[in-house]
Amino acid sequence: MDVDKKDSIASDSSDQVVNPWEVSAKDGGKIDYDKLIDQFGCQRLDASLIDRVQRLTSRQPHVFLRRGVFFAHRDFNEVLDAYERGDKFYLYTGRGPSSEALHLGHLIPFMFTKYLQEAFKVPLVIQLTDDEKCMWKNLSVEESQRLARENAKDIIACGFDVTKTFIFSDFDYVGGAFYKNMVKVAKCVTLNKAMGIFGFSGEDHIGKLSFPPVQACLSVPAVPSFPSSFPHLFPGKDKLRCLIPCAIDQDPYFRMTRDVAPRLGYSKPALIESSFFPALQAKNGKMSASDPNSAIYVTDTAKEIKNKINRYAFSGGQDSIEKHREIGANLEVDIPVKYLSFFLDDDTELEHIKKEYGEGRMLTGEVKKRLTEVLTEMVERHRMARAAVTDEMVDAFMAVRPLPSMFE
Amino acid sequence: MGFSKDQLLSQLQELEIDYSKYEHPPVLTVEEQAKYVSSSEGALSKNLFFKDKKHRYYIISAMVDTKVDIKVLSQRLGLGKGGIRMAPEEALAELLQVSLGCVTPFAVVNESARDVSLLLDQKFKNQTRFIFHPLSNDVSISLSTSGLDKFLQSIGRDPVYVDLEANANPVVGKDQPPDLAVYVPSNSVVVPELPNKTPSAQAPPKNVSAEKTKPVASPKPSKSTGNVKSVVQNSGLSVFKNPDKFVEEILDKTSALLLSEVKGENVEALAETLRKRLTSEFTHLAVMYKNIAYSEGFYAGTQCQPKRQ
Repeated sequence: MDVDKKDSIASDSSDQVVNPWEVSAKDGGKIDYDKLIDQFGCQRLDASLIDRVQRLTSRQPHVFLRRGVFFAHRDFNEVLDAYERGDKFYLYTGRGPSSEALHLGHLIPFMFTKYLQEAFKVPLVIQLTDDEKCMWKNLSVEESQRLARENAKDIIACGFDVTKTFIFSDFDYVGGAFYKNMVKVAKCVTLNKAMGIFGFSGEDHIGKLSFPPVQACLSVPAVPSFPSSFPHLFPGKDKLRCLIPCAIDQDPYFRMTRDVAPRLGYSKPALIESSFFPALQAKNGKMSASDPNSAIYVTDTAKEIKNKINRYAFSGGQDSIEKHREIGANLEVDIPVKYLSFFLDDDTELEHIKKEYGEGRMLTGEVKKRLTEVLTEMVERHRMARAAVTDEMVDAFMAVRPLPSMFE
Repeated sequence: MGFSKDQLLSQLQELEIDYSKYEHPPVLTVEEQAKYVSSSEGALSKNLFFKDKKHRYYIISAMVDTKVDIKVLSQRLGLGKGGIRMAPEEALAELLQVSLGCVTPFAVVNESARDVSLLLDQKFKNQTRFIFHPLSNDVSISLSTSGLDKFLQSIGRDPVYVDLEANANPVVGKDQPPDLAVYVPSNSVVVPELPNKTPSAQAPPKNVSAEKTKPVASPKPSKSTGNVKSVVQNSGLSVFKNPDKFVEEILDKTSALLLSEVKGENVEALAETLRKRLTSEFTHLAVMYKNIAYSEGFYAGTQCQPKRQ
C-alpha cells in the first residue's frame, strides 16, 4: 500500500509524520504513540482488553500483546463482545509484494495474525497486492506475480493452517463479487477524499488518477474487509465481522473503509494496530528494505545475523565499561533490548535482562549475544518451515475453494 | 477472595475442632516441613493437585509413603491411562487460592474449589493425628481424622477416604467399572493460563461449561456453506483435525509414560516444563504436517480422473 514518496504531502519536519507513505519522528526523536492515537482517533489496547483476550482464548496472550507491540485498536472490544455471544469474525491482512527479501519487520503482522487465528479459531484471508506493486513500482506483470508467489511461501512458513486460510493475489482474484464491491466502494469515495488520502494535488498528472489504479489502491484496504467479496468462503454471511491486524501507519486507509462500510450495508472492519519495528541502527522510523544492514532478513545465515547485530545494532550501553557499570545502559534507545522485547517470549528473563543491563551489571555484549541466539533460532525455524512449502502448497492455499473447518 | 489461614483457624475453633499449630519458615516440600514438625506430632502428608483432560480437578491427600501412581489413579477414575496430570500453577492460584507447595485438603473451603474432588488416603484413619498446611505454607497444623471430617462436613462435603494403593493393576471393563469413577467431578472448570488480577466478570455458567465441548454447544451460523456433510464435532476426530489437540494428545502420553517410569516429585515438575516448552514447537510442526498432507491431497484432487460411468 505504498505510494510514490515524492508526491507525498510536504511535511513540517518539526512535527512527527505518520501516514502510509512516510513515517518520521519529531526532530529526529522517538515516535510519540500517545499523540498518534489522539491524532488518529483510535483507542489504546489496555490491560483489561488483554486480560479479556486471555479469558476468551484460555491461553497466554501473544508476546506482542504483552509487550505493547500491538497497542491500539478500533472496535476490538466490540469484536470480542460478539465473539462471546458466539458471533465469530474473520481476519484480513495483506502484503504488497515489492521485493523477495523479507525481513523480521515484515513477519511481525503475520506472526501476530497466526496467533489470532489459532487462539480464536477463525479463518483468514491474505491479500497480495501484486497489481498495485506492478503499477507503482514499475514491475512487469509477470515479475509482480512471481514475487507474490515467493512472498506467499514466506507467509505460509509462518504457520498458517491451510484449512482456515485463503491467500489471493489481485491479478488472480479480482473479478466477480470482489470487483463488484470495488466499484461500490469507488462510487462512495469523492475525488476530494481520494486526493486527501493520497496527497495528490491539482498538479499531478492524470495518469495517477486514472481509474483502475486509484480504484485498486482505494479498494485495496476496503474490499477484503467485506465478507461478500468472498462468496466461496462466506456465502450468505454478509454481516460477518472482519478484524484487521496492521501497522498503525495503515490507519488512514481503513478509516476510509470504515466510513464507506455502513453506506454499503456492511459491518465496519475492526483494527488492531502495531507500532513500528525499529531499524537496527535506530535512526527513528521503520526498517527499510533498501538498506540491508538496517534489518535482519529471513534468509540471513547465523553468521550474518551475529555480524549485523554486533556491528550495526545501536547500543544504549555506555562508552566505557567503568562508566557502564556506574550508570547502566540507556534502555530507551538500546536496540538489542528493544528487539528482545519483541521476540523474547519469557517475561521473567526479559525483566531480568532489563534490570541487570539498566543498572550496569550486564554488558552490551551479553545482551547482543542473547539477542543473536533468539533471532537465529527464529530465522532457522522459519527457514525450515519455508523449505517445506512447495508450489503445490501455494496452489492449495491460493485455490478458490470452500473452507468447511474454518471455525473449528 | 480466598480464605486466609486465620479465617480457617478461627472456623476450626468455632467448630470446636481440636488442633495443634506449628509455625515455621515457609516450606515448599515435605522434606523441609519435616525439619520443623516432628512426626511425633502427627503423620506428615503429601498433597497433590491434578487435572484431567476435561478440566476437572482433584486433590489427593496421602501419607508420605503411600504410593500414588498417577497412571493407576487415572484408570481407576475411568479416565484411561494418561488421563490426569499435575495441574498447572495457575490453577493452584485460581482454584485453590494457595501458593506453590501449599496444596491442602483445607483448600476446598474456597468457593472457587467447589468442583474440585478431594480424595483422602485410607491410611489416615490409622493415625491419631496428621499434618496439613492451613492454607499457608508457614504454618502446619495437626488434627485427627474426625476433626478433618467434621470440618469437611461443615462446608457441605462428604469426606472421601480411598485405598490409594489398592487395585494396582486395574482392569477396567464392562463388568469391572473403574472403582473411583464416582469421585470424578460433575462439573469442569476453565482456568486461564495466567492468574487473573481482576476477578472474572463473566456469568458463572461460562466457567462451568467444559472448554472442549464449546464448539458443539455454540450453534454454527445457520446460513452455513452449502456443505452437506455438516461436521458433527466428535472429540476423536478433532484430535486429528486440530494441531493443538493433536499435540496435547502426544504430550499427555509422553508425560504419562515419563511419570510412570520415573519416580520423584521433581519428575512431575519436569513433565510440566517439557509440556510448556514443547507445546509451541510441536504445534508448529503439526501445522506444517497438516498443510503438506492437505496440499498433497489437493493436488491429487486436481489430477483425479472422473469416475468412469
